[in-house]
Amino acid sequence: MNSASIISIKRGRRRGVISEKIIENLFLSASVITVLAVLVIIFTLVSESLSFFLQISPREFFLGTQWTAFFEDRSFGVLPLLSGTILTSTIALLFAVPTGVGSAIFLSEYSSERVRRIVKPTLEVLAGIPTVVYGYFALYFITPNLRTFIPDISIFNALSAGLAVGVMILPTVASLSEDAIYAVPQNLKEVAYALGGRKVDAIVRVIIPYALPAILSAIIIAMARVIGETMIVTIAAGLKPSLTLNPFESVMTMTAAIAQAATGDAPHGTVQYSSLFAVGTYLFVIVMILNSMSHLIRLRWSIKL
Amino acid sequence: MEKRSGAREGVSRTVLLASIVTVVVVLIASALYLSLPQQRPATTVTQKLSGSIVIDGSSTVYPISEAVAEAFSKIHPDVKITVGISGTGGGFKRFVIGETDINDASRFITESEKESARRNNIKWIEIPIALEGLAIAVHPSNNWVDCISLEELRMIWRPNSTVKKWSDVNPQWPNADIKLFGPGPDSGTFDYFTERVVGKARASRTDYIPSEDDHVLIMGVSSERYSLGYIPYAYVVAAEGKVKVLAVSEKKGGTCVRPNDETVISGKYPLSRPLFIYVNEDKMLQKPELKAFVEFYIENAEKIVRKVGYTPLPKEYYTTILKLFREGKYTGYFEVYKSLTK
Repeated sequence: MNSASIISIKRGRRRGVISEKIIENLFLSASVITVLAVLVIIFTLVSESLSFFLQISPREFFLGTQWTAFFEDRSFGVLPLLSGTILTSTIALLFAVPTGVGSAIFLSEYSSERVRRIVKPTLEVLAGIPTVVYGYFALYFITPNLRTFIPDISIFNALSAGLAVGVMILPTVASLSEDAIYAVPQNLKEVAYALGGRKVDAIVRVIIPYALPAILSAIIIAMARVIGETMIVTIAAGLKPSLTLNPFESVMTMTAAIAQAATGDAPHGTVQYSSLFAVGTYLFVIVMILNSMSHLIRLRWSIKL
Repeated sequence: MEKRSGAREGVSRTVLLASIVTVVVVLIASALYLSLPQQRPATTVTQKLSGSIVIDGSSTVYPISEAVAEAFSKIHPDVKITVGISGTGGGFKRFVIGETDINDASRFITESEKESARRNNIKWIEIPIALEGLAIAVHPSNNWVDCISLEELRMIWRPNSTVKKWSDVNPQWPNADIKLFGPGPDSGTFDYFTERVVGKARASRTDYIPSEDDHVLIMGVSSERYSLGYIPYAYVVAAEGKVKVLAVSEKKGGTCVRPNDETVISGKYPLSRPLFIYVNEDKMLQKPELKAFVEFYIENAEKIVRKVGYTPLPKEYYTTILKLFREGKYTGYFEVYKSLTK
């Protein structure tokens, strides 16, 4: 090694120390921004909700069965919105979880490299479609097709909105589950085969149980996104707050109610305006609870394994 | 393992390449679009105006004022115009104390509002600017109803209405769930319909499918066999044939009137009303930009009103009041409207 190159390495090292500092601080500020954003959001939600609950009793909000915030005879019962959210989310997950996990298993265990190279990017394309497109897809494609089987279904209904949300979330479920399945150590699979198991045995007895915590966390991530999805349900589900679990009916979800109130002319400072923060806080708490539940489930499962 | 990660990279490289190509194409396309010569309004710039204009009031009139303001800003970019949507009444509250220059109104100024204006020494110019007709629409295959009375509409739409099926309104109509569509409660059309039909502004049943987007209402009504909805007439015309428009009578058994440009203009159609702007006269005489704006408003009203989906008044109306306005006569516009529409 000649002296010139030694000098250049030293210089590089010094430069390295400085840039290391800069990079460290950059990353630090990035995480500070994240935490700050969460704090600011929580603060806004809570303070606006407080002003809501000063005017409307929590009893009316949590137990009321009518949401008519903008009508003459106004009422702020959140139950119809909650049932709308539960209904569309359940439909979405019932569609997306089996399909997503199934295609993940197919992609990682059964498909040939050629098929994989076509299917995987195709799935990922779904993630890039704007939700407004899914909304109109539900309204102008899914619903008319559903109607050929179910003539009585409303033009705006929870089923088609839920299915569209399910399609939207499919790539998330599929690719996260696939990563989970892919992470199962090869030797574990080989043990299954060595014991004389078929491919199905390996999948059902070894791969899925091993990958389950990660798959569950994928499902929880999907669930949080599904519950928060706004555009699709605003367009396709009908914006009619109704306390029902009938998927053929028009419903309004919590997010759709927020969107409707926020884009309308609810004047700042009115109870209608703060009602959307109350709904938002409720939604936030639900998602938080779901997330902590998923953590608990994952902990339990990991110990068992 | 290694082979797979190689394949993964290959796939993601393809995806990356595809997205880069898409982005480049979109960028080029938008650059081309932006470099195209923009259409400019034909009016020539005579003087350079600046200052600000404050408009508030009805959300029904808002689209017209907003479109006029936009067109005006293209000629006079230094005039700052804000258009609010506090509703006709809310807007008048600000107008009669001189906070705003123009109030958009979907009804006449009331006596008490006039009184407040007088107390605050506010003189105003009342200018009818357009007409709005409201169509009652049903599914095109609907063969049991052709004409509906305001009473029947009230029965259907009043708060806590017990009408669930068509047969609840009239036993001869089908025993099938009535599917209702209407504008959301933010809409000025909702305010008008509830006030005119139910008898009290914003009092309505709430279990209908609302949308602020009139095209969605058209779609809803046109795809449910047992539907009924109220939709601004202009949208129904634009969606020719997709829905069936009912004639409306004041009373059960009364004369049924079908909405069209003529019956809406003459007021024979029960669900039609004029839309106004009210201008603060003193401010207008002090502020040349406001005067220019109002003149521009009248000059372009017919075209813009049509463009944003309302029914314009007859052409002679606009030319007559423009002449009056230019001569400095600021009263009697409603009389001109009356004489031309009867």
